[in-house]
Amino acid sequence: MSTAAATHDDHHDHHHAPTGLKRWLFSTNHKDIGTLYLWFSFAMFLVGGFMAMVIRAELLEPGMQFVDPEFFNQMTTVHGLVMVFGAVMPATVGLANWMIPLMIGAPDMALPRMNNWSFWILPFAFGILIFAVLMSAFGAGNPSAPNFGWTFYAPLSTKYGPASTDLFILSVHMMGISSIMGAINVVVTVFNMRAPGMTLMKMPLFVWTWLITAFLLIAVIPVLAGVVTMMLTDRHFGTSFFDAAGGGDPVLFQHVFWFFGHPEVYIMILPSFGIVSAIIPAFARKPLFGYASMVYATASIALLSFVVWAHHMFTVGMPLAGTLFFMYMTMLISVPTGVKVFNWVATMWRGSMTFELPMKWAIAFVILFTCGGLSGLMLAITPVDFQYHDTYFVVAHFHYVLVTGAIFSIFAAAYYWLPKWSGVMPSKLLGELHFWNSLISANLLFFPMHFVGLAGMPRRYADYALQFADYNFWISIGGFWFGLSQVIFLVVAVRCAMKKGEPAPAKPWEGAEGLEWEVPSPAPFHTFDTPPVVK
Amino acid sequence: MATDKYYVPESSPWPLTASIGLCMTAVGGAHFIQQSTMADMEPSFSGKPLFFLGLAWLLVVVALWWRDTIKESVTGLHSNQLGGSYRQGMLWFIFSEVMFFAAFFGAMFYTRWLIIPWLGGEGSNAMTHELLWPEFQPMWPLTETPDGTTTTPMGAWGLPAINTAILLVSSITLTIAHHALLEGKRGTLILFQAMTVALGVIFLGLQALEYVHAYDMGLTLDAGIYGSLFFLLTGFHGAHVTIGTIFLLVTLIRVIKGHFSEDNCFAWEAGAWYWHFVDVVWLFLFVTVYWL
Ligand code: HEM
Ligand SMILES: [Cu+2]
Repeated sequence: MSTAAATHDDHHDHHHAPTGLKRWLFSTNHKDIGTLYLWFSFAMFLVGGFMAMVIRAELLEPGMQFVDPEFFNQMTTVHGLVMVFGAVMPATVGLANWMIPLMIGAPDMALPRMNNWSFWILPFAFGILIFAVLMSAFGAGNPSAPNFGWTFYAPLSTKYGPASTDLFILSVHMMGISSIMGAINVVVTVFNMRAPGMTLMKMPLFVWTWLITAFLLIAVIPVLAGVVTMMLTDRHFGTSFFDAAGGGDPVLFQHVFWFFGHPEVYIMILPSFGIVSAIIPAFARKPLFGYASMVYATASIALLSFVVWAHHMFTVGMPLAGTLFFMYMTMLISVPTGVKVFNWVATMWRGSMTFELPMKWAIAFVILFTCGGLSGLMLAITPVDFQYHDTYFVVAHFHYVLVTGAIFSIFAAAYYWLPKWSGVMPSKLLGELHFWNSLISANLLFFPMHFVGLAGMPRRYADYALQFADYNFWISIGGFWFGLSQVIFLVVAVRCAMKKGEPAPAKPWEGAEGLEWEVPSPAPFHTFDTPPVVK
Repeated sequence: MATDKYYVPESSPWPLTASIGLCMTAVGGAHFIQQSTMADMEPSFSGKPLFFLGLAWLLVVVALWWRDTIKESVTGLHSNQLGGSYRQGMLWFIFSEVMFFAAFFGAMFYTRWLIIPWLGGEGSNAMTHELLWPEFQPMWPLTETPDGTTTTPMGAWGLPAINTAILLVSSITLTIAHHALLEGKRGTLILFQAMTVALGVIFLGLQALEYVHAYDMGLTLDAGIYGSLFFLLTGFHGAHVTIGTIFLLVTLIRVIKGHFSEDNCFAWEAGAWYWHFVDVVWLFLFVTVYWL
């Protein structure tokens, strides 16, 4: 292939580092696309966070204060959708884009143009969704935005869905196209682009967890596309998928949705497992305990995640055998999850630990994610779930795994790799402020939700009984505090982007390992044009 | 070779412009559907016109995008490694399509094995049956829905059986074409690939005829869950046959232009894989939707 190699050389001369707007709009560079993803996701985090503030303002006191219940429902719905599909998922895709090629010694993602397409679909898809909210807030006649919860159960979303449901359906299709293309790109990059010597079992765990995440995405996003398609035809073409009068069943919706939905929650958390598995060894200055068992645990979590979906549906009235099956499977899935937590703790055991910012976030992750896993186990016990289902206990559970789990780990990743991305160290002072404020406020925000949930406060209502007033007051205070704390991170990130701060060496963390630290900081536009050899 | 330098394409306007097209198609599509199915909706620019504009836009952009890719391929910029990426990418894409169909097949089995018997009172559902639709008779195909809509099932041994034969033969002709491609026999390749495309077109024609026939005998999209499943499963399959036929037509034209050689034929093989996938889906459809 010497001719091909020759053409490459001259081709490289004329497309080094494009500039201006074109650089971002037309990019085929994994680092630039990664940056786009990360900024987009942070923007969505702020948008979704703003909606959460509206929710908490309304729930600060019992009774109706700021918004009407109809708008409240739209807020909970779009908050969930924006956070899941707009904040957490794109953030991890951004990390994958930046880090996977660097970690496996590849020059770029396998399919760079498709990579850019995956990204550019997202702003349009969310533009559609947010447009619906703006119309609802300010538009003539205030047409309702989606208002049926982020899980869009039929028949709320079919027979009773507002007109904007159709826009929502199409925007979910667009997000799906984006996710599938992004996931295919990751799988192919990992299988086809590794540097010589980078065998599968030498790959950093972040690459492994993303490989498995990508597999989950390719397997379940099409199912999501299927279910919204059935919604669309039920709404407009007279089909009866979710209508018992025509021989269908609204519960069918829940089965198909959660067949997607449960693997989806692992799609959001597996990359976090990878991040934490990179950071803890670096700051405990010990190799990761049980690397191989981490890989196998991740794979078994992924496989089991296909057979636990109905734990979201214990109360819809399934046959006993089905209920038992899903209960035991759900409990089984916490075994590999436990293996991971054990391994992280064992990695820290007798390590020479230091507590730089990424490590702080990672340790907070381990503790608080475990807390969320434990409440998950409680929910998995069917008879108990009859009491907890659709209460704030569930809200507490998934915010522990998603906010103090997924999002904390994304912050850990940001503080860990920002030196590599930007070339400057993130501000220590601001970082500490961000961490401690987030840590305390998040617990003030989410921990009391357990109590009100156990006492029976239902989720997704704009009002509540007086007995929940005290807790809700403090929950809301925690909410505003947490929201404000995230503005600190905006300052941290903007300062890094503007190169304000102490210049970062190629390897700013003493104990860090991996190919990404062998290139200078900030990582040059093209890296590993000639593949490194991994021993 | 794994150590070859990798081809990273120059920056390209197509992804962004394709997204704009997709957005127009989506917004236009949603409004178009609303405006053509809901009585209180007036046709407007944001409906049908925007939808078709978006579709045309998307088509042009995709054509331009492919033109770039083809140009790179014929000027030899693509390394073997990139070929590998394309191949693996296509296989994973087909896997995602399999899962899309799986959602509908899953819905069908759930309906047949659980919903219908339950509506008929099976298991712990005696009261459901008594209270909701005591007259309801569980059966499959569901020719009378709980609310009393009646329909006629589509038999397997008329047009559907012929269509099965057509797709099976097309699979064989395509395999012969593939061998011809690998052995460099251009004449055979063109002949058999053209036959495959023709069979695809005939299949689609017969499928359209079958739909007309179905509507005549009262099997419609809104005739209850049987009609819903029948038309969505066969309809999405038909849409995929259409895509596959166009795919094979494009690679046929490229064969005639001499774009492929035995070691540079990713696009051709991708089309062939896609065709076989569509074929397999049909076999499942034939057995589970038409026959059993
Ligand atoms: C030890 C592992 C886990 C177990 C046993 C578990 C179990 C459960 C159960 C039984 C429910 C249903 C509660 C109900 O609606 O009554 C639930 C809800 C939920 N879980 Fe988990 N879970 C686990 C981990 C996770 C993780 C890692 C995530 C995400 C990162 C997650 C996200 C969610 C979400 C989003 C919901 C609520 C969905 C909704 O109704 O809106 N869970 N979990
Ligand atoms: Cu779940």
